[in-house]
Amino acid sequence: MFLLLLASLGLAAAAGGARGQALVADLTNHLVAITTGFTGTSVVLFGATDGSGDVIVVVRGPERDMTVRRKSKVAQVWVNTRQVTFQSVPSFYSIASNKPLDDIAPAAVRQLHQIGLDNLRLNTEASLSPEETEEFRSALLRNEARAGLFPPGVGQVTFLGDRLFRTDIRFPANVPTGIYLVQVFLVRDKAVVSGQTTPLVVSEIGVDADVHDFADRYALLYGLAAITLAALVGWIATLPFRNA
Amino acid sequence: MDIYLPIAAVSVDVVVLLGLGAVVGFLSGVFGVGGGFLLTPFLIFIGIPPAVAVASSANQLVGASVSGVIAHWRRGNVDFHMGAVLLIGGFAGSALGVWVFALLRRLGQVELTVSIAYVVLLGTLGALMLVESTRAILRRNRAGAGRRKLHQHMWIHGLPLKMRFRRSKLYISAIVPTGLGFVVGVLSAIMGIGGGFVMVPAMIYMLGMPTAVVPGTSLLQIIFVAANVTVLQAAGNGTVDAVLALMLLIGGVIGAQFGSRFGSRLRGEQLRALLALLVLLVAAKLARDLGLRPEDLYSVVVVGSE
Repeated sequence: MFLLLLASLGLAAAAGGARGQALVADLTNHLVAITTGFTGTSVVLFGATDGSGDVIVVVRGPERDMTVRRKSKVAQVWVNTRQVTFQSVPSFYSIASNKPLDDIAPAAVRQLHQIGLDNLRLNTEASLSPEETEEFRSALLRNEARAGLFPPGVGQVTFLGDRLFRTDIRFPANVPTGIYLVQVFLVRDKAVVSGQTTPLVVSEIGVDADVHDFADRYALLYGLAAITLAALVGWIATLPFRNA
Repeated sequence: MDIYLPIAAVSVDVVVLLGLGAVVGFLSGVFGVGGGFLLTPFLIFIGIPPAVAVASSANQLVGASVSGVIAHWRRGNVDFHMGAVLLIGGFAGSALGVWVFALLRRLGQVELTVSIAYVVLLGTLGALMLVESTRAILRRNRAGAGRRKLHQHMWIHGLPLKMRFRRSKLYISAIVPTGLGFVVGVLSAIMGIGGGFVMVPAMIYMLGMPTAVVPGTSLLQIIFVAANVTVLQAAGNGTVDAVLALMLLIGGVIGAQFGSRFGSRLRGEQLRALLALLVLLVAAKLARDLGLRPEDLYSVVVVGSE
């Protein structure tokens, strides 16, 4: 992820150095706050190019290792029998562009920049046959799509005139917390000529964050507090019936 | 209205949680069992991760059983001496249970183990209870059947380390309640239940305790076993969602009041027959799910999150 960030920044710097700012983009909000009533949100990305060209926006959530398990039938019961762990899988991945991806950039370019779910590089230490790798890989993508974390299809980047563009980035209610990277690619004549990466923080805010933080840091104390609170509620509930 | 649960990390409708708590509370009011055996599967069903469902149910149980014990204690129906002996076994059992739970998580077999444990336990107990209560109903209808003996003498009564339990009018080996507490402690940690539905029949049929002191004493030991499980799960696995437990409790205490009123209108053996049918129903549903081909054979988890 960090290398990717560097690569993108390098790319932006190279392109920028060559002919000024080819691409400028920013978010309306750099913080997605998860509060008690959070049911998902959207953040607007807007920007401008220095001329013609197509824009692709990729949003990647913080990376984590994911285990994919396969069930098979053992004595009439479905049991997890095989598991494969993929390293550094983005916890969220969405993509948007102003035209179908095929019309903008050739497969090789998309593969290089990991544009599109098909081009997401997923590594595993498990020694698997290519067929098996593909099976587990597609199972991972399918499950993440079902959870709403890898939204299917390509979102719309809208051009307002020739140079100004915007897109809505949708986040579901179960969006994982952490630092996201929003990558914007400017593609001209089937090559990426400029890129920009903007960080976006998704974080729990308020009571929930405090509870989670406390539970992480003082696990034992949290457990004791949890049972005390429960016992207290249980006791209070009996008060109205004291004389019954 | 949705509420975001900090540890489970999902948004759930508050009304669903309160309603679920109320239904479970109602049942525990009617039958005098904690209702954890219904709560955990339902929480999993509405999308709470199984590990969080198990640990938070234990947390909810602490509050629910405190309520229950206070109510029974006011009527003088708690055997504290017996409770203490049960507890010694309970603590040891729940420590082992939490350790086993952590091991199962690493192996990716939590869900399966919890489901199988439920099917076996609920199936066996449900069947036994149904047979027993049906017999009792038939016996009552025949009227004037012979007086029941205070308790049967079995091999259990030949064990050493005998102790006197005044409140329960018993003179039995301490090994029996300790062992019973241990088994219930293990179950409590793995299944997120207080074990009331194991404990109550065992106290009546195995220990031979008078029926009146059984629910109060069973709940007393459940308080401590559930509290122990909650703290161990929080410290060891980080899976206790206090917000979730609190929501369930609020619904639960209200439901329990209605439940106990409804329960007092039914006769004991009718209650047990109804509970048996309910228990069997849950077991049958879980057993069917085990053999049902999942929609997707593959499942995904974040490493270290389970």
